[in-house]
Amino acid sequence: MWNWEYAWSILPDLIAALKTTFWATFGGFIFAAIGGLILAMLGRSPIWIVRAVNRLIIEFIRNTPLLVQLFFLYFYILPTMFPTAPTALVSGIIGLGIHYSTYMSEVYRSGIDAVPKGQWEAAKALNFSRTKTWSTIILPQALPPTLPVMGNYLIVIFKETPLLSAITLVEVLTTAKNAISISYRPFEAYTLVGVLFLIISYVFSVLVRMMEIRLNREQSASSGTDSSSKPQSGGKGRLDKEVKQQA
Amino acid sequence: MNATELEKAAGQEAPARTRKRQADTGVQPIVRYEHVSKSFGDLEVLHDINLDIAPGEKVAMIGPSGSGKTTLGRMLMTLEEPSGGMITVDGEPLWHMKSKGRLVKANEAHLHRMRGNIGMVFQHFNLFPHMSVLRNVTIGPRKVLGISAEEAHERAVTMLGKVGLGDKLDVYPSMLSGGQKQRVAIARALVMNPKIMVFDEVTSALDPELVGEVLEVIKEIAREGEMAMMLITHEMDFARDVADRVIFGAEGHIVEQGPPEQIFENPQSERLQSFLSRFRLS
Repeated sequence: MWNWEYAWSILPDLIAALKTTFWATFGGFIFAAIGGLILAMLGRSPIWIVRAVNRLIIEFIRNTPLLVQLFFLYFYILPTMFPTAPTALVSGIIGLGIHYSTYMSEVYRSGIDAVPKGQWEAAKALNFSRTKTWSTIILPQALPPTLPVMGNYLIVIFKETPLLSAITLVEVLTTAKNAISISYRPFEAYTLVGVLFLIISYVFSVLVRMMEIRLNREQSASSGTDSSSKPQSGGKGRLDKEVKQQA
Repeated sequence: MNATELEKAAGQEAPARTRKRQADTGVQPIVRYEHVSKSFGDLEVLHDINLDIAPGEKVAMIGPSGSGKTTLGRMLMTLEEPSGGMITVDGEPLWHMKSKGRLVKANEAHLHRMRGNIGMVFQHFNLFPHMSVLRNVTIGPRKVLGISAEEAHERAVTMLGKVGLGDKLDVYPSMLSGGQKQRVAIARALVMNPKIMVFDEVTSALDPELVGEVLEVIKEIAREGEMAMMLITHEMDFARDVADRVIFGAEGHIVEQGPPEQIFENPQSERLQSFLSRFRLS
């Protein structure tokens, strides 16, 4: 049933298509990382309307399917917004980016919530402006603990990229389908796609775990018994749980 | 003969304490609370507070927990908004501003400008754990006052020397004892050159053997400083040594105030007498 010769013959095409998958993954991830941070900070705005609208956007995007969002973006929203419709890759990056920014914002939010209230008050007592409070006091403490969770989301986004085949992006899955449409041999092609994803995801996840171990070690070394730097509610444990539910 | 005796007496008196300020009533107060009240939900923690603090005056606030003394300081630092009344700092309303001839709620720009006059040291230090001791002290002058890196460094080193931490510049806060952390926090607030500084129970979170070193530093600052100080404290001996005036508050009211001798040797109200008797016992 399994034909090695055929499998080897399509492997180079699949690997070449990984390049597009990587672009979509990293593009979407960077978009989501920046967008998520903006959403998280808007969620802390002193103006209640900003917070409410922010909440609404997040709930809407989180509670509708990514696939439907991609269809809307690619076939309707983006072509009407721009005179020349963005390519499938750009649309895919925007779609993944918007969708995952709402999840990332929750990760940032947990990180920001874990910064003790006293840090905000100390910043105020030193008369820091809002911008400088964020950039010099809050984010430098809130971001490092979120890095492992961010890494996990990179893996999640990577595994979601086959959805982009639905908007005509020629990534790994589309390449496999194209091969199948000629040979009528789905077994080898789909197996190879699965194996490729497995290998890459696994390598990523080992890297993320190494980063996590290093961070934990650094944190326990630097926070010591300092009551002013202790997160209020064990922020990290919560972060981990959250991403596991997502993944 | 008489003259030299007087001089001697004056010479002994002057460095010990600078009491004069309390007497000059003509001077515009640095801080004025007028009919200030504060409620958290249904709970009224401060009720119709009226209080003037003169420039350079050292005022100690004592009283049982829940008397609202910390809230009084936090409202001055703009961490807590008063529910009613008016706080004036250096002649200007703190929580209000003039707009078209009317007093309206202050915006962030006004609060930012007013905060430049005020500093605060917290019970739990609130040092920035991701910065070295030196950077904790230079960051304010650099980012807020816009002072050059060299000058900020110089000021910080001087100030850290003054609080006895000249040898800890590159250490991170987690490596310090509680007393050392609090001294860094004091240096961090001092380099901003406020006109009034709030010390909010700065020794309450410290191990007993570390309290002394922090109080010594504050006493030193009080001796030399033109800065007014609001010392919210449970340390009665400290209040007696440092303060020009002691204010006793309970249940959201100022019950009694006066020079330390009067408050501690000759308390008038029953409430204060019973409060102090508990301290004498322990």
